[in-house]
Amino acid sequence: MEIGQPVKDLKSTFPGQVIDVPGGGIVAAGFQDLINWARSNSLWPLTFATSCCGIEMMSTAAAKYDFARFGFEVARATPRQADVIIIAGTIVNKMAPVLKRLYDQMADPKYVIAMGACAISGGPFFYNTYSVVKGADHVIPVDVYIPGCPPRPEALLHALLTLQEKIKTGQTREQIRNSSTQVS
Amino acid sequence: MTKEEMTSWLLGIEPAAVIDDTGEWLVVQLSADPWRNFATLIRKGPPEMDFLFCLTAVDWKTHLTVVYHLRNTHTDETLVVKVQLDRENPQIASVGDIWRTAEFHEREAFEMFGINFTGHPDLRKLILPDDFEGFPMRKDFEDPVNMIKL
Repeated sequence: MEIGQPVKDLKSTFPGQVIDVPGGGIVAAGFQDLINWARSNSLWPLTFATSCCGIEMMSTAAAKYDFARFGFEVARATPRQADVIIIAGTIVNKMAPVLKRLYDQMADPKYVIAMGACAISGGPFFYNTYSVVKGADHVIPVDVYIPGCPPRPEALLHALLTLQEKIKTGQTREQIRNSSTQVS
Repeated sequence: MTKEEMTSWLLGIEPAAVIDDTGEWLVVQLSADPWRNFATLIRKGPPEMDFLFCLTAVDWKTHLTVVYHLRNTHTDETLVVKVQLDRENPQIASVGDIWRTAEFHEREAFEMFGINFTGHPDLRKLILPDDFEGFPMRKDFEDPVNMIKL
């Protein structure tokens, strides 16, 4: 999804069509498309925040912005129940193995959002620091990056919707990896 | 106690001390040798400096300075003690038994600046991993793996 492109109306993005028959209807759709559509609308984030971006993430989860409206229903406190990890904050060298472990413990399919300057590149700690990982993608693969320090809740919502778009079109890293292994 | 009274009290303990009373807090500059005795006496008072609220160090490239911020919790009198150390072989007596909080503060100054606190009961790294090499808060610290220079 291009930056600046308006987010599509979620209701109009159902990947199949409903054929009306007497007494109900029949849904006709590609199975993988239907799975992706369903998955994209039920993404539960992991309760994981390492700095100030976490405050914005909490704000996005709370009543004013409420990412539950888009299917990010509830933040789970265990990686076993989470679908998406929002890296909200600085990853230091000591935290990196913990982040990797959390990612490994998440059940497939799983997605990663790097929120804010620290998670993208180390942010304000990019130069001359001995303790900060210069971007979370040195540790785990990232699907969506959000610039900002910290990003506003609107930016996080935009990123979440972007992730949904990527899942629906099969463009997340995990989907690309799995499809390539199936072919070979 | 006024600043003048405080100054004469401190000079009575250590005549070689250099005292700066121009700032908000009284600053005492000492060498490392009398520090241990000086610390014992200002802890006893009066006014007893019963609270060490900050212990840190500064790298001036030519030398290191350990900075102790002390306070009397009854009267809120504050005293800053700066001790100049040799950069190549920084050694100073531990005050962990005088102010218990100094014990972990000194461990931090040890891992960040490489200052050797003699008499410290357990001078290990505090936050850094045990296998970390170098003293990251020194001005000439370089870490080719983790640090980026442009």
